[in-house]
Amino acid sequence: MAKKINLTIDGINVSVDEGMTILEAARTLNIHIPTLCYHEDLCVAGNCRVCVVEQEKVKNLPASCAMPVAEGMVIHTNSMKVRMARKHIVELLLSEHNADCTKCYKNGNCELQGLASQMLTGDHMFLDLVPDKKYTIDMFNSAIVKDDSRCIRCQRCVRTCEELQSVSALGVAYKGDKMKISTFFEHPLFEVVCTNCGQCVNRCPTGALIEKNYIDQVWDAIYDPSKHVVVQTAPAVRIALGEALGLPPGKIVTGKMVSALKRLGFNSVLDTDFTADLTIIEEGHELLSRLKKALVDKDPTVSLPMATSCSPGWIKFIEHTFPEYLPNLSTCKSPQQMFGALAKTFYAQKRQLDPKNVVSVSIMPCTAKKFEANRPEMRSSGYKDVDYVLTTRELGIMIKQAGLEFDGLPEEKFDSFMGSSTGAAVIFGTTGGVMEAALRTVYEVVTGREVPFEGLNIVPVRGTEGEVREATIHIEKVKPEWSFLEGVDLQCVVANGLANAKKVMQNVKEGKANYHFIEIMACPGGCLGGGGQPIPTNKEIRSKRKSAIYQEDMGMPIRKSHENPDVASIYQEFLEKPLGHKSHELLHTHYTPRKRY
Amino acid sequence: MSEQTLKRVDLIFGEYSNIKYKVLADTLKRSNDEILKDLLDSGLRGRGGAGFPTAMKWKFTAESPCDERFVICNADEGEPGTFKDREILLRVPRKVFSGMAICGKVIGAKRGFMYLRGEYRFMIPDLMKELEIYHEHAQKLGHDFKIEIRLGSGAYICGEESALFESMEGGRGEPRNKPPYPTTSGFMKKPTVINNVETFVNVMMIMRLGPEQYKKLGTTDSRGSKVFSVSGDTPIPGIYELELGMPLDRFVDEFGDGDTKAVQVGGASGFCVPRKKFKETVIGFEGVPTGGSMMIFNSSRSMYNVLHNYLEFFEEESCGQCTPCRVGCQQLRKGIVAVKKGEKKANYLDQLMKLSESMKITAKCGLGQSVANSFSSIVNNFKEEMIY
Repeated sequence: MAKKINLTIDGINVSVDEGMTILEAARTLNIHIPTLCYHEDLCVAGNCRVCVVEQEKVKNLPASCAMPVAEGMVIHTNSMKVRMARKHIVELLLSEHNADCTKCYKNGNCELQGLASQMLTGDHMFLDLVPDKKYTIDMFNSAIVKDDSRCIRCQRCVRTCEELQSVSALGVAYKGDKMKISTFFEHPLFEVVCTNCGQCVNRCPTGALIEKNYIDQVWDAIYDPSKHVVVQTAPAVRIALGEALGLPPGKIVTGKMVSALKRLGFNSVLDTDFTADLTIIEEGHELLSRLKKALVDKDPTVSLPMATSCSPGWIKFIEHTFPEYLPNLSTCKSPQQMFGALAKTFYAQKRQLDPKNVVSVSIMPCTAKKFEANRPEMRSSGYKDVDYVLTTRELGIMIKQAGLEFDGLPEEKFDSFMGSSTGAAVIFGTTGGVMEAALRTVYEVVTGREVPFEGLNIVPVRGTEGEVREATIHIEKVKPEWSFLEGVDLQCVVANGLANAKKVMQNVKEGKANYHFIEIMACPGGCLGGGGQPIPTNKEIRSKRKSAIYQEDMGMPIRKSHENPDVASIYQEFLEKPLGHKSHELLHTHYTPRKRY
Repeated sequence: MSEQTLKRVDLIFGEYSNIKYKVLADTLKRSNDEILKDLLDSGLRGRGGAGFPTAMKWKFTAESPCDERFVICNADEGEPGTFKDREILLRVPRKVFSGMAICGKVIGAKRGFMYLRGEYRFMIPDLMKELEIYHEHAQKLGHDFKIEIRLGSGAYICGEESALFESMEGGRGEPRNKPPYPTTSGFMKKPTVINNVETFVNVMMIMRLGPEQYKKLGTTDSRGSKVFSVSGDTPIPGIYELELGMPLDRFVDEFGDGDTKAVQVGGASGFCVPRKKFKETVIGFEGVPTGGSMMIFNSSRSMYNVLHNYLEFFEEESCGQCTPCRVGCQQLRKGIVAVKKGEKKANYLDQLMKLSESMKITAKCGLGQSVANSFSSIVNNFKEEMIY
């Protein structure tokens, strides 16, 4: 047990574990010290100084986020001295900040604005420095907008990009009054190593890093009578959307979400989960075909291990960082893009629509999906397969705009077809989910039996946040046509967060690991912790979302992708067979090597 | 100089012993406790400006449990008006390396570094020559302590010890949160002694003279001598080694041009002492401390310009990470301009004084904390020059 430290905070004696900071100790007493640069997921920076407190017998005010508790400390969190210093600091930040709040996307959802309103900063204590600054806005990227005039230099984004993602697309440039958050030689984001994962967007306290929003374009499409607007919703949206609308984290709102989307006016409310199931069929067969080529045909050109390709942040990361491993990526498109390609082909045909009048919208927990939808190769229907990608947050805004009382909405079901799904698809939203879903199917295809895990729960591959998880699945008593897999130990690895992806790939590169199948999700915890999810997102919230996802899986009547009746019928009616000609045309893709800066 | 009223000292720049690295050789034979006791008795305090007792710093570092420790000589002399380390390194580098090597023995370090100001690159060939001699002797003496030189790139902030570590580790020169202090987590997060160039020379001289002899110089709070960089309105600018604890009026009598209006003690981050306070001001840790910079201004100088110049310096040299320093420096400079131009009323200076007070207590490192020193001492003492 950790040693206990006794101290006094605002006259209250408290005993806390050694190593705790003053900030954390105060929180145990329900004293909320304001912060800006502090974020639970990141290392302590101590650079905004908003969290300063007064320590008796010490001249300076320590930053409570960075100061460990010490025996006998006497702390005042709200003394005159502290209040004056904090007000000065917030005023200083505002003087450097483009505080044109009504023009800001984060209006009403900005931590600086929140502090300013708490402190009643109305009297412009200091000179306005903004006119002399040559602030720039980088809006050339399809996913993320970086507006330096809103930046408070807290470096949460820099730490996110470096610590969680090991991408370091964002860094600090210059010093003194010219200090700014920038990229490699100040290139725009679309030219650098940025993966569009949006983890920085999720952690930015102000409007300096935001997603590029397509809300108005989607409204325009909805109100255009000549357009048929279909919407698909990703698995991780239904367990987080509630947070954007005032509900507690971890609440499953699938039915309410469907009902809200219908009321917003989408012509058809469908489910990305359907194409998640389809992805499993295609990707599962791709894995088996690669294994066969390697084990039976001894084909030296086959690339193993095979890595999942659902996470567009991961795709761009590997394109930049390990381009030599692009052949190892599954050629399957992500569920979003499979859906888009089918919406303007299969779906349009079936509904007798002209694909040029079909507008395909997706609701994603992700900002990288915006970039993915804009990739030139994502036009296999002959049109842009997915026209607009909205984040969970943007959908939350639309629902508010429409005046819907979300919690009071009835539960409704997805439209058919391309609306049915399984528990295997739902778990795509968490780390380890694609692996588990794939194994549920692959194992059964090969052996004719269900995976030998209680309740189909393949716990060994369920990822843990911030960790690389390795697991071995023993395959035995296979069907005759899969005899080459008899007794094979399928080596799997699951990682979330690009820093962990880098570790996995480094191991592969150095020959330290002998995997068959790699699942990578770019964001901490998988899509449930995606860059497009409601703010705040932190460890505790992610863990609640994760429980919700597994709960949703358990509650589904069908939990294996290959048993999805709509999937079976789409092969019958349209695609013919997994990895068939049509599949290749519509559901598979290729990748582009990129530079490393 | 014909008449000398202040006692000149010849400790730092005095000649080398006849036998190379003799003091080091003698000291290596002594126990660490004896060495630390002598240092403690000598009353030596760091010569970089902050004045932390050197013996304590070494003791804490030696006691930090770790497999590796480092000695770093801070030669990133960047304080405006300071140029004494340059002189020391040019004239008596052997004394510096001896001091470092003694420190290496006491704290159990095997590696030492000299972090040299980028602009002092020209010294490297000579320093390397001396280092060769040092390493030869260290080997002969069986002292396993290697010294390397690392070069800064011109940022003032890298003279701040934790920013210096970051710089040496290849990172951006940004100060770290303290605690942990360098004594437990310094370079490469290992216990590290980081001392000013002059401090190491003092250590070496204490070892040579013994603490009793050394203590004869200076006052109770400020033992020993100090190398001063005298500049500004003086007929005799240059480097002077003087006893600590001298009253400022005697200093001005000797170095001023007869029309001295103010002395900036300790560089841009130090204090400005106006004429009326010369008599009561003592130069030393009990009075106004200094890393060595003494800038003399006569009545032809505008203190507004002086202050503006300092603030411009800080505005640019702040690392930019913490709010009070990055934005505060900009506000202070632009604020005095606005007052001077009449765009802000004179009482805006009071607002700025409060701001500088907040900077002093909330900034992350010594840079932001010390801007208030020159700001408040100049604005308080020369208010009319700020307004009219």
